[in-house]
Formats: sequence, C-alpha cells, structure tokens
Amino acid sequence: MSVLTLTGNYAVAWAVKRARVQVVAAYPITPQTTIVEKISQMVENGEMNAKLIRVESEHSALAATFGAAIGGARAFTATASHGLLYMHEVLWWTAGARVPVVMAVVTRAIGPPWNIWTDHSDIMDQRDTGWIISMAEDNQEAFDLTLQAFRITEDDDVNLPMIVGLDAFILSHTYAPVDVLEQEDVDKWLPPRKQLYVIDSENRYSMGNIAYPKDYMLMRYDIERAMERAKKIIEKVDREYGEYFGRSYGGLIECYKCSDAKYLVALMGAWAGDAKEAVDKLRENGYNVGIMRVRFIRPLAVEKILEYASGKKGVLVMDRSISFGSAGPLFIEISSVLSMNGKPPAMKGVLAGIGGVDVGYRDIMDIISKFVDEVEERGWFVKRQEWFFSHKR
Amino acid sequence: MSLNLRKEPDIKYVRPGDAACPGCPEAMGLRYLGMALGDKAILVVPAGCSSVIQGIIPKNSYHFPTVNIVFAAGASTAAGLAAAYEMLGKDAVVVVWAGDGGTSDIGFASLSGAAERNDNIIYICVDNEAYMNTGIQRSSLTPYGAWTTTTWKGKREHKKDLPLIMVSHRVPYVATASVAYPHDFIAKLKKAASIRGFKYIHLHAPCPVGWKFDADKTVEVAKLAVETGMWILFEYHNGVLRISPPSRPYMNKEKRKPVREYIKLQDRFRNLRDEDLVELEKRIDETWNWYMMLEQWTSREQKTLE
Ligand SMILES: Cc1ncc(C[n+]2csc(CCOP(=O)(O)OP(=O)(O)O)c2C)c(N)n1
Ligand code: SF4
Repeated sequence: MSVLTLTGNYAVAWAVKRARVQVVAAYPITPQTTIVEKISQMVENGEMNAKLIRVESEHSALAATFGAAIGGARAFTATASHGLLYMHEVLWWTAGARVPVVMAVVTRAIGPPWNIWTDHSDIMDQRDTGWIISMAEDNQEAFDLTLQAFRITEDDDVNLPMIVGLDAFILSHTYAPVDVLEQEDVDKWLPPRKQLYVIDSENRYSMGNIAYPKDYMLMRYDIERAMERAKKIIEKVDREYGEYFGRSYGGLIECYKCSDAKYLVALMGAWAGDAKEAVDKLRENGYNVGIMRVRFIRPLAVEKILEYASGKKGVLVMDRSISFGSAGPLFIEISSVLSMNGKPPAMKGVLAGIGGVDVGYRDIMDIISKFVDEVEERGWFVKRQEWFFSHKR
Repeated sequence: MSLNLRKEPDIKYVRPGDAACPGCPEAMGLRYLGMALGDKAILVVPAGCSSVIQGIIPKNSYHFPTVNIVFAAGASTAAGLAAAYEMLGKDAVVVVWAGDGGTSDIGFASLSGAAERNDNIIYICVDNEAYMNTGIQRSSLTPYGAWTTTTWKGKREHKKDLPLIMVSHRVPYVATASVAYPHDFIAKLKKAASIRGFKYIHLHAPCPVGWKFDADKTVEVAKLAVETGMWILFEYHNGVLRISPPSRPYMNKEKRKPVREYIKLQDRFRNLRDEDLVELEKRIDETWNWYMMLEQWTSREQKTLE
C-alpha cells in the first residue's frame, strides 16, 4: 500500500507510470490536460522512462500512439470531448489493426455551445469502433482500471485497445486518497508488453492493405469474437487484481444491493456514488432498489444484465447523454438486452446531468422513487425518455 | 558520389504483379527506395495510390514491412514508430511514403508537427500533382493551368512551394528528387538515412493516367520537368541549400528548354492558353530566383560562420 492524495487525472498518470509505459503522445484539452502534464513532469524528472511525443493534434496523438504500439512499445494517450471526436477514424484503425493501446478519456460535453463539464456524449459516440470502453466511479478505480487495461488489452485472447473513462472534474480534478501500489508489486502482477504482432525490420509484416469483402468481413467477425472473449478476461483480470491487491469491482458490472432488490437502476461513471447513497436512503424508506453499475459499455455484459435483471419488477436507466432522435445510449443498450427476456421488467430512460448539470443523491432519490411509484401504480410500462433538468430547490 | 544501379541489392522491393498502372511513377520510386535503404526501411503509407499498388490481402507486392494508415496520419504514425524503435533499441529507418494530397493538404499539419519536433523519420512526398487514387482531383500541388476532374478549365492557382516550406522548418535535411534521376534520388535517400532527425524528400512523379500521356513516357516527362526548369532539384543540409547537379545547368535561364515542350506531351494542359503559358513561365523564373538566392545566401552565411 502506498496511499497518496490525488486527483483522478493524477491517479491515471500514476497508473501509467506504474505500468512502465514507453511512449506517450497527447494533446491538451480540458479536463484531460493535467494527465499529460503530470506524465511530462514524471518523464522530465527521470521518474519515468518513456518518450513523449507532444503532437500538434489529437488525430496525431492517437496515430502516434498507434504507431508506437505497432512498433512494439507499451503506449498511452489521453483526451476528452472534441479531442476524442477528432481522433475518431484513428480509433477504428487501431482496433481494426488489433493493436493494444490504452487511452484515458475524461468525459466532457460536446459543443456548441462550449462546455467543459462532464457528460458521456464523447465516450458513447465511440461504441462502434471496436474499443473496449470502461468508466470509473472514483479516483481509486481510475487508477486500478488503467493498470488493469494493460493486462486486458495485451491478453492473448483480446488484442484490442481500451478506453478508461472518468468524469470531468467530479473525478478528474477532485482530490481523494489513492493507493498507487508499490512498483515492485505491480511489476510482479503486470508482465512485460505482449501483442499479436509487431512490425519492424525483423518482423516484416504488412498491416492494412486492401482486403476483399469476404476477408474484410471475417476480420470484423474476429474482432467481435475477441470482444466476446474480452468479457471473460475482464472478469478474470478484475478477480486476480482483487486477489493480489485486495480490490476488485465486480468485473463488467458492479451490482450494488441487487440480489434482494425489486427494482434496479443502471448507470455509468461517478454519479454511481451518489446513486448508492440514494439507494441506501430509499431502502430506509421501504423502497427495495439496487444498482447495476455498468463498468464496461463495450463489451456489453449481456448475460450479466439478463441475470441481474431477471425477476425484477422495473429497471430504470440513467443516461448522461442522448442519441438524438432515439433515447439515452445506455437505455438503448440495456433495453435491447432486457427485451430478450420473455418477461421484460418495466423500463424507463431518464436523461439527466447532461452538460454537467449537477445531480445529487437527493435528485436521484426523487428520480428513483418516482419510477417505483409509477410502476406500483400503473403496472408494467416502457418509457424511452424522461428529461430531468434539475431540482427546484 | 558515384552510384552503379546494377550494383545495388537485387531484391525486388516491389514484386512483379503489383497493382500499379503501366508506367506508374510511384512503383518506380518505391523500387529506388528499396535499392537505397534495403531491409532497414519500414514503410508508413497513408491513403493514396501506394495503398492500392500493394495488392490485395493476403498477397502483397511490397517487400517492405508496411504500416498502412489513415490519410492524414502519415507523419504522426511514423513519429510513433520511430519513438518505439528508439525506446526498444531497434535499428530501422522509418519512411513515410505519401502522395501530394496526403502531404500538402490533409496531412500538412501532421507533417509540419513532425518536422517541428524533429522526429527521426524520412518523409517522402510522392508528387503526382493530384489526388490520383480518387480519380484525378486537384490538390494544392497541382500546377497552374492543369486540368483535373475538379478543375475542368484548368487550375487557377499555382502549385504550393512545399519544399521551400519544409526548408523554412529548418529541419536537418530537405531535398527534391525526380523519378527520372534515380542516382540523384538514391544518393539523397542514403544521405537522409545517415542523418538523425527529420528528413523530407519531395519526389516529382509524373503520372501517365492523371496527366494524360503515354505510359512509356514517364521518365521523358519527368526529365523535361527538370530540363524546362518546372522542377528544380536541390538539397538543403546543415543550413545550406544547394541546387543539385542535374538542375545546375538550368540556373542559366538560356539553357532551359521551352516550357511548351513539357506541356505538349500532357493532355492535362490541353486547354492552356498563351497567357497561361506566360503565367507559368513567370512562375518558373520566380521560383528559380528564390532558390538561387537561397543558395547564395545560405552558403555565404555558412562561410561567415566558418
Ligand atoms: C479522411 C479521408 N478523406 C478522403 C479519403 C479519400 N482518399 C483516399 S486516397 C485520396 C487521394 C490521394 O491523393 P494523393 O495523396 O495525392 O495520393 P495519390 O493517390 O495521388 O498517390 C483520397 C482523397 C480518405 N481515404 N480519407
Ligand atoms: S494513377 Fe498514376 S500514380 Fe496512381 S497507380 Fe496509376 S500511374 Fe501510378
């Protein structure tokens, strides 16, 4: 144990150092910037043996990270919001090349109007790219997930890149105690870099030239199979991490007071902490609720969602972003899974906290109790969207 | 430096059966690249004809280890590869092989970034003066007056002087080359490979398909570009710019062939009016003045330093 008081961003920087990352390429954007600033300091102080590429854009940041990774180095980048969108085509390229890369995304709203606060539009926009996508609940988890990301992505069964998400400001700039582990312990737990293939003058491979449709489609099928295998690896790595360091989080989904609950709330990220508090309070008032905290939106924990939600009377999904013209993306995901169930629970998608609107545990208590009361009163129903703007208090 | 092409390694770096059109200057250039750098070269290829020339998976006509990459990311991907090789102690020469569009337009920011950071790569712009892969659209390196599928009446703007822009980055090495002068190109490649930091080589590459000349005339057209003064071969190293031997005679304007001889072989200039020709000639003189002034000035600077 080695506990420091760190912001979420510094916790990520510490994990990058502990993972002995060899190449870091990044570009500034609020609220990600302090991750790279910290790493730059560590490299310049000689605390970290890595090469920094201070690129001129996020498109180049991910391309350089990808280049370093395909050349055999453990590589890392970080970004947010517009930076992530600017990288978009390189995300596809990296996953398609099956090259392990780890990227932190400090989730932030997308303009216009300019807005630097948290919401999940940026990260949710990447769901189709072939990246493993996770969200942390607190600073400690941001550290642990970043470290685990190297084990997960470099696993022989996976070879896919991974995003570690953390909410802007709520985590990124808020100090909390973080156990950054001892270097020698991490070295024992995290093996040196492994990957499917490396390209250099001895390994004379070629990556990415034209493929006929049937080969292309097979390669897409391979990515999907790797995603499927990644589910097991994510669970395994989380379990082993727990055995080794004493902390694990339930793998793909953390279920908080789920087993005896009649109602579940599904959400991602930092506000899960407030939701847990809300659930504790609501239980005192006779509301039998639990939380399904989705830690990984990709791969989606289809089996676990079905298992946890089976027999429940209602599932409430809270989204911090919207897919315009449809519903909150997490609602779309979860309701698509639950509709596989012969007897799906009542469902509602609530849109809240968008663009950083503050949502506290009392707001969440109101949202949940309203849903429970509605179901108890009306019986089964599905409502795709309900906007929760803020509390008049 | 004297070079005997026949004595260069016999390995075919572009194997027979490649997917290039007949008379393709890009395939030609790649062969010279292989001769110059051998097995140490790792190719980074952003979208363009050279992504296609490789052929179709699982076959591949390139003997180079190759990282294909999105259109705008040639220089940045190469920067990452070079960083990895440095960290891991691997011996390799990272070479970006990009078209004029991938270099001068969409990839320009990433190119300039890598140059400014002095990343340890060789960046080669294979300049066929248009977006050929998507069917001959104008780029910022298409010359004045040229027909393309987006400039039906001839382009109204001049070619961007990209080599000069790269010189003003003050990187360790900048050179221009032409597929018609393989000795010059190979010598420049070898020199570039021996220098640490950022190296830029701009290869003039006449394309029979896009410029509309017969496939057996690639070298002839490329040669005429130099002989008319439309394309100037030079080298910039250690802060000194020097016109290269094949171009030196044309420092004297009298020795340059009339531009019309270059133009008339290419149907892309079929709509060129007399006043357009005058405009092109004016530009040639201007460009030569720039380069000759820079040669004089940088070599004088060097002398005062010594
Ligand atoms: C972001 C993006 N925009 C557009 C394209 C389409 N595209 C592919 S190759 C190409 C033109 C390439 O031209 P150039 O760089 O001059 O190389 P050449 O084909 O002439 O060798 C274009 C526009 C793309 N691949 N990616
Ligand atoms: S269009 Fe021109 S550059 Fe492209 S492959 Fe054909 S000949 Fe080569």
